[in-house]
Order: sequence, then C-alpha cells, then structure tokens
Amino acid sequence: MAQSDSALAVELRGIDKHFPGVIANHDVDLRVKAGTIHAVVGENGAGKSTLMKTLYGMHQPDAGTITVNGVTQHFRSPSEAIAASIGMVHQHFMLADNFTVLENIILGAEPANGQRIDFDEARQQIHKLAESVGTRIDLDVPVSELGVGMRQRVEILKVLFRGAKILILDEPTAVLVPQEVDELFLTLRHLVDDGATIIFISHKLKEVLAVSDEITVMRDGTTVATVLPSEVDRRQLAELMVGSELPSPEGRDSEIRTDIALVVEHLTVTATGQRDLVHDASITVHSGEVVGIAGIEGNGQFELCSAILGLTPSSGTVTITGHDVTHHSTHYRRQAGLSYIPFDRHREGLMLEAPLWENAMLGREHMPQFHKGPLIDARGAKQDCRSVIERFSVLTPSEAVPAFALSGGNQQKLLVGRELSSEPRVLVAAHPTRGVDIGAQAAIWDEIRKARDSGLAVLLISADLEELIGLSDTVLVMFDGAITATLDPAKVTPEILGTYMTGGTVEAA
Amino acid sequence: MTDEKPAEASSEAPPVANAFTGLFKSITTRSQASGVTTGLFTVASSLVAVGIALAICAVLLAITGKDPWAAYSKIIQTGTDGDKLIEMLKRATPLLLSGTAVAIGFKMNLFNIGIGGQYLFAALMAAAIGTQVSLPAPLHVAFILLIAMVAGAAWASIAAILKVTRDVHEVISTIMLNFIALAVIQWLFENWFRDNSLELNIKTKILPVSGRMPDIVKDKLGGMFIVALLVVFLYWVIVFKSRFGFRLRASGLNAGAARTAGIDAKKMIVITMLISGAIAGLVAMPSVVGEIYAYGPNATPTQFGFAGITVALLGRHHPLGIIVAACLFGFLDSTSPQLQLAAIPSSIVQVIQAVIVLTVVIVNEATIRWLNKRTSERTAARLIASGTTVGASA
Repeated sequence: MAQSDSALAVELRGIDKHFPGVIANHDVDLRVKAGTIHAVVGENGAGKSTLMKTLYGMHQPDAGTITVNGVTQHFRSPSEAIAASIGMVHQHFMLADNFTVLENIILGAEPANGQRIDFDEARQQIHKLAESVGTRIDLDVPVSELGVGMRQRVEILKVLFRGAKILILDEPTAVLVPQEVDELFLTLRHLVDDGATIIFISHKLKEVLAVSDEITVMRDGTTVATVLPSEVDRRQLAELMVGSELPSPEGRDSEIRTDIALVVEHLTVTATGQRDLVHDASITVHSGEVVGIAGIEGNGQFELCSAILGLTPSSGTVTITGHDVTHHSTHYRRQAGLSYIPFDRHREGLMLEAPLWENAMLGREHMPQFHKGPLIDARGAKQDCRSVIERFSVLTPSEAVPAFALSGGNQQKLLVGRELSSEPRVLVAAHPTRGVDIGAQAAIWDEIRKARDSGLAVLLISADLEELIGLSDTVLVMFDGAITATLDPAKVTPEILGTYMTGGTVEAA
Repeated sequence: MTDEKPAEASSEAPPVANAFTGLFKSITTRSQASGVTTGLFTVASSLVAVGIALAICAVLLAITGKDPWAAYSKIIQTGTDGDKLIEMLKRATPLLLSGTAVAIGFKMNLFNIGIGGQYLFAALMAAAIGTQVSLPAPLHVAFILLIAMVAGAAWASIAAILKVTRDVHEVISTIMLNFIALAVIQWLFENWFRDNSLELNIKTKILPVSGRMPDIVKDKLGGMFIVALLVVFLYWVIVFKSRFGFRLRASGLNAGAARTAGIDAKKMIVITMLISGAIAGLVAMPSVVGEIYAYGPNATPTQFGFAGITVALLGRHHPLGIIVAACLFGFLDSTSPQLQLAAIPSSIVQVIQAVIVLTVVIVNEATIRWLNKRTSERTAARLIASGTTVGASA
C-alpha cells in the first residue's frame, strides 16, 4: 500500500443523528485507513445510509466529529464534501440517459475554455482516469445504451473526475450480476492501488469478506464491531449483524386450523432483461396460521406481495379461501378476503392530506357503513373511524385531522386498524411495525395475534427477526427471488436465519 | 431510518410532460381542505393574492405611461353597472364549464389540456346533427346538449385510450389532439356541414327554433348559465360526496394507496377523462344553442380551452372557487371594451388575469405549507394538552 497503515482517511467519532421520533445513528465510530477498502455492513435500517449521508454532507450530525485526512470538517452540503475529495456513488444511478458518457461525466464540472466547454481536455482527463482504473469505455455513446455494469463504471468515473480520493459506494453490487460484481471488485482494487480509499456499503457478506480490508458492523443505528475479514467467517459476521440475543418466541393457545386460506403456487414475476424477481414461489397458509418470510430486502418480497395482490403481472396461481383469483383484479381479491399492510405506508397506504376518516375508509368504501346508495355516508364513516381509533389506540385529537399530522406509529396503527377492520380472511403484512415505537409495536402484534386466533391467515414479511420468530408458525426464507428454506421458528436461531438470508445453507438446520 | 424502497417502474412519460405534471401537481394536490379554517385561510390568501396582482399591474400600467388609477376606476365604475353584471355572468358561463372540465381531471392528477379541441369538435357535431332532427322544443335542446357531451367525451376518449393502452402521457396527447381536432373540424365542416347558402360569415345550417335555448334575460344572459351552475353542482356532488368521487380523489391523492386498495387505475382514468370530455363538450353550447344557433369557424369562440385551466387553478378546483374565478374573469373580460374607449389598452385585462393566476398559485402554495405545518403542530399540542385521546377517553 502506498501510504502507511496508520494514516486515517476518514474518522467519525460519536456521531448522533436524530430524525423526528427516530434515532437513526447513535454514538457511531468509524475509522477508515487510507488506501483500503472498508466495508460497512448491517441490516436494512441499521443506519448505514444515514451515516454515509452524514459523511457526504447531505445532512448534518446532531453530535460528533468528522475528520477527513486529519482535518476536522463540518460539511454543510455535498459540494463541501466533494471539495474535501469525498465522492459518493449512489445505489440508484444519477445519470442523464440521453447524454453521452462524456457529457454525463463532465456534467456540472465542465472544463472550460473561455465560455466554451473544452471537450478535448475532458476527453484526455477521462481516458487517463479510465486507464488508471483498468477500464475501457466508449465516451460517445448515450448512457441509455449502456448496461447496468457500465453505467456504474460511468458513475465511478464521474466521481473520480471531480477529484474524489475517498469513494463511498452505497450497495454497489445490489444491481449487478455476479460477473459484473467481479469486474467491479477488480476496478476497486485498481483504485486502491492508485491510492484511493473506498467505503463499501453492503449487506452481502460473501462479497464483503471477499473484497474488503476491514469491516465495520452496524446494528440498531450504532457501530458494534470492526473486524478483519481474516478473523471472521460469514456466520460470525451475520451474528454480529443481527445481534446474538435470541428473541423469546411467544407461545400460542390457539390451534392452526386445517382449512387452507392462501395458496400461492409456482408464482414467478419476470422482469425484462433481468433475472426473475420472484422465481417459482409456492406458499400455503392455513387459517389461524402465521407464515413469516425472512429475507434481506430486495430479494423479491415486494414483488411477491404485489403479485399476490394482483398489482404486478405474474405467472402461477393464487387461491384465496378456495377461490382461484389468479385472473382477477385487486378489488376482487380484496372482496375474497385479502387485506394488505404495505411496505411503505406513505407510498402505498395512506392519503396523507386526507382526513383520518377518509383514510380509514379507503379500500372498504363498498361496505354498508360507508355509503348510502352512491353517496358517501360521512357520518357513518366518521363513526367507523372512531371505532378504529379506539380499538387500535391511535393517538389523535379527532378523526377529522389529516393523516400527515399524526406520528408515524399512529399512522401505522390506523393503517393496520383499517386493514383488520375489513374482516379479512388473509392478511399480507409487510413490515407491520416498521418505524413505530415499542408501545405501538406491541399493540400491533397483539392485534395480529388476536386476529390470527380467530382464524386469520397471515403472511408476514419482516426484517425484524424478533417479530418473525415471535409471531410465525413457519418461517420461510426468501433469497434472490426464491423460497430457499422452510424453518421451524422454535428451533431457528438468528445466526441460522442470517446465513440463509445471505444465500448460505446450513446442514440439518 | 433510511430503508431502501423497492424500486418502482419509472414513468415512461417524456421529460416535458413530467415537468408539466410536476408543476401542476405541486400546485393542485396539496390542498385537501380539512375544516372551515382551511377554507377561510384559502379565501383570505386568494384575496391577498388578487391585491398583489392588481398592485403589480398598476406598476406595469404606470411603466407604460398609463394612469393605473384611471384604469382601475374605470373597471370599478363598469362593475357597478347592472347590465355589466349580467354580462359578467354571461361571460362566466363557458368558463364555468371549461374550468369544471379541467378541475375534475386535476382531482386525480389527470391533465386534460385538450378542452379546446374537445369542445370545438363537440360544437360542430352538436350543431350539425342538431339540424338533422326534429323534436319538440325542450327535447331538441336536450338532444343537442347530449350530442355535444357525447362528442366531447368521444374526442377525449382517444387520449384516455392512448394512456391506458400505450402509456402515452395525456398532456402530450391532448395537446396534439387539439391540433388534430382543428384539422378534422375544418375538413368535416368544409366537406359536409357547411351551409353553402350563406355567402359571408360561413356557418353550419341554422338551428330551428325548437333547438334554441331560451334566455334568462332577453339577449343578455342565456339559459346555459343555469346548465353551467348545474354542472358545477353535480361536479361537487360527484367528486366530493360520492363513492366514485372518493375513489377519484384517492387516486389523485395517492395513486399507490388507491391501487393497493383495489381501485382500478385504468378504469378511473377512462371514466374521469370521459366525464371531463363530456363537460368540455358543453363549453361552446352558450354560443351554439343560445346565440349563433350554429357552428361557424369564425363565429364559435375558440379561447375557452386554456382559460379553463386558469379558472380551475384559480378556483383551486373547488366548486365555489371555480364559480368565483369564472365570475372574476368574466367581469374583467366585460370591462375591456370600456377600457378601450378610455384609451387604456384592453389587453391589460389579460395581463391582470395572468398575473392573478400566478400570484394566487404562489400565495396559496405558501399558505398551504404554513397551514399544514400549523395543523401538525396543533395536533401535537392538543394531544399533549389533553393528555388523552379519542380512543382512551371513550
């Protein structure tokens, strides 16, 4: 390595970052040696992205210090971070599709020759940079003609062109196929040999172990350990990531019934030019049963739920309480007894600007208490909303306030209340307690258990292993679009789950 | 927390359309009113905005060497004239219809920019087919209006079908269809519907007396004014009070939530576009069944398509707002001949209208942001103060 091992490119000390109602980062320490690849791993929601946004100046920490190459910095914007030679390659590429590679790379940092852009100068510089990272790229093709791997290369060159010596890569392998991953790692090695420092955000442990010089693990908003890849194996790393405490599975008094409420058979969701988003998934849920799906986000859970709801085209069959709904609309499926707690309550759940009573009615407006003939019965709807508010202890002064005025936990309680109030036979619950406080979480769990005891079939998608193990009667693992394991929550440990979730297998689990 | 959201299929709409939609979204979808206070604040902020607009226009007048006081006093003086008030209502009639046609689309983030093409096509069809039938008086008028609505909806359906089957953004298709409509109308008119017995002032055949709408005030205010008010009222009932309207507004407020709730987005797009087109079909009817009793390329007014967008924006797609906005524009229009007589350029009226729309949009947006913040804070404060909840207290 070009520089001495002790020189630190980035040092973060005691970083705290709060968002209203949430502590995203707490007492984070990160020491990145110059000229190394440093991986930051952790589950979704562990605070990795928040931390990187802090380092890149996208927001300011509430406490703690940022030191870059020995100089303490207070970045007020990404441009100040760029000036301090930090660059970020985002997970979602930020390229102008109809511009050429050259135009994209120089966009915003055009070398000027008087009033004109000096394209020749730019071309030379970029060729030099491309050579140094061992890549060849045609600068004159529009970005829209490039594959994902090449686009990422363009993003990296863009950042290098702005003089970055410290590169943050946010989940760079999430969008790549294995072959492209290998090429990326080669590029990263070239960069490090040239003296750059790389911070590599990931939750793919195999890749992290393969490419990084050092690994920092984050959990629940803080850094829990920094290890060398030679010291740990994948399993130990997974254990660090999910925490080693075993959640205590709740016992249940009721029996799983014999009738089958939800059957998903050979469900496949294809995407043009990519691998299947969901591949040949088959799931059976009985009345009164909770089937949990463990998996790192982005492994097909969202598409699976969308397909069950009839929002995404898919092949295979979906049967709800004996009715084959494969070729029916979302409305029909809901009528057949399907309910859905969506992944993102703001995007797919609530109308934030509408009053609570209208929100509580959405998707149920055909039920008799909400209408008189073709007109909405506002009085009846408000009364119904008050009963949801009461039953699910939604903290609100009235049913007339707009949904945006409530805290996230109370919004979620209203949403769960709405979905359980339609007397469903099958509930697809995606992260039902994400981002809510502990009290609300317990209340939501209680309601799901109650509904289960009275015969509701639940398909539970969660990143919270305690929730999964505590609520589920069966845990399935989803990896890369496929159901890769069926586990008994009474016997499974977070380590085993973690191994499966990252694509590994365990003998005789 | 910064959880990665599942990627959503990116919109295929061209950037221009996206920018356009973005602009209108930011303007139109923020004001889901909660309570009377919000309404009062909206009214107050609109008045302030009109005041600012008048001040800006006074400066413009002064710069061009005209006396703003003279212009404004002329406008006010005109407004106190009873006849002028009736003229205001007359001029407001097509604006009410056009504004409502735009507003119903806005309510679900659907931008029907093609009102112009839809209503001209409908005007020709209604006038041409209206002369081909003989019916007793009230039925004949009703029949002509029905033809107009069907024709408007039919023309709008092209954009709806393109959107749901080919994912063509309606801003692009409706604007293009405006031009196509003009060409189609001209062709139809010249080849089929032109009344060649008329030498000057070419038109379709004149409607018989049974196909004419009686006036409310003889020669000054047509019966279509009542029809327009009825349309605005129905708009209110359908959009704000019915189950269908709830689904429509839900699709506008959060398309994702509406979809997962089982609302069929494509069906909503088609139905809304058809209703919008049907209302648009009536825009030229004050002229066709109330004034000229025919369609004519130079006789039928052509300016109400885009005027509807400004009326809907100014009225914040609320029925009362649309009425006020249409009357305000109708009033300003009615004063322009008087201004001309007083040697003040009558185009100042259009400038005032445009500036009012801009200031109202800007001031209202600021008000809504402030109101939303205030609502959040008050809700939190009320919870803290009461230490209890609706749920717990019951």
